[in-house]
Amino acid sequence: MTDLLRHAWVIARKDLVLEFRTRTAFLSAVVFTALVLTVFNFGRDPTSVPTIDLAPSILWVTFTFAAMLGLNRAFQLELENDALDALLATPISRGSLYLAKFVANCVFVGVVECVGLPLFVLFFNVPVWSILGPLVGVIALATVGFVAVGTLFSAMVIRTRFAELMLPVLLLPFLIPPLVGAVQVTAALLAARPLSEVAGWLRLLAAYDIVFLALATVLFPATVNE
Amino acid sequence: MTTAQRGRWVTLVGLVLLAGVYVRALAFTPLESSQGPAQKIFYVHVPAAWSAMLAMALVGIASILFLIMRDYRYDRFAAASAEVGTAFSLVMLTTGPIWAKPIWGTWWTWDARLTLTLFLFFLFVGYLLLRGAVLETSLRARYSAVLGICGLVLLPFIHLSVYLFRTLHPQPVVLKPSAPSLPESMLITLLASFVVFTVLYIGFVMQVYGVATEQDALGEA
Repeated sequence: MTDLLRHAWVIARKDLVLEFRTRTAFLSAVVFTALVLTVFNFGRDPTSVPTIDLAPSILWVTFTFAAMLGLNRAFQLELENDALDALLATPISRGSLYLAKFVANCVFVGVVECVGLPLFVLFFNVPVWSILGPLVGVIALATVGFVAVGTLFSAMVIRTRFAELMLPVLLLPFLIPPLVGAVQVTAALLAARPLSEVAGWLRLLAAYDIVFLALATVLFPATVNE
Repeated sequence: MTTAQRGRWVTLVGLVLLAGVYVRALAFTPLESSQGPAQKIFYVHVPAAWSAMLAMALVGIASILFLIMRDYRYDRFAAASAEVGTAFSLVMLTTGPIWAKPIWGTWWTWDARLTLTLFLFFLFVGYLLLRGAVLETSLRARYSAVLGICGLVLLPFIHLSVYLFRTLHPQPVVLKPSAPSLPESMLITLLASFVVFTVLYIGFVMQVYGVATEQDALGEA
């Protein structure tokens, strides 16, 4: 168990260091997030629909697209110089490899969300200060779900034709349950309704995370073994 | 006789029986009092939904079996089942709105079961697209098995998440804890149509599976 975590951490750190030193993918994802938020501003009629009603959808559609962009990159970078083969040849379990990619993706998407959330607050004038704790909590819950499935699928699509298009086509149906849950909880939070009202959604989000994280760990070896 | 040829016979039997079910549904089953003739589409729509669900369940099960045994017959079966399931879910998705327009007054609504079946369709299409995008046989089999299993696990979640919205769809009339609330003559017609659509499913899958087997044999030769 400690080996599993230790190996996972080594690889995840490698990915993150690589990301931190180049910063291209990260910066692109941040700029993309800002642009999607801007597009949303012009894609509505501000005189007829109050921002607060649209805010949860805007936030989550933006995060979903940003997450997808980040996930495409996770295994793409291992294709260069056949790095994936080298990674598979190292004496570490497939479980650690999945966990490593999962953690690195979570950090990547999480950092993009950390920039996206203040931008969202700024652009749409949504008061989040009083609900920041629970809001970050629900973002974390949904992100874990997104990334758990996304990491598994991104390991598959890199070796398909039209990889960039294939990932959203396969992944979007899987993002619906966490997306619906996150939007509902966010809406309740923004309207200052009690969390007990959305307990069902929170349970759904948690169950989704657990089930798909476990399933992806079990299935991941089938996507990389030769 | 090859599997594909046998499948053709099974399909033929299914089609003849389908005509039989429709004669019974139109001529020998009473009109539903509140919905009138529109309700007749029920005998295509519901069994098509049943076959599509059956197809997805079997894709998932065949995918699990493939990953355990690495026997390519399961992979071919899963692929055949997904292809046939796509057709059945299309039947379901086209007959649904035709019925919904006069009865609900709208072609489409984001009700729990509608959304679920739409995603069933998306999953089938995604599955087939993935198969088309991977060229290597062993890779394709493993990837699609992974997707098949994930799809099967996803459906209850989609159902649950859309169920938490209020649902407009008719509540179950047959598979529910209390006795079926359908009059006997309608129930018999419905059950007959279930049987027929299952026969059609088997016939179609046998044909697709048989052709795939022959193609693989030709590829190896």
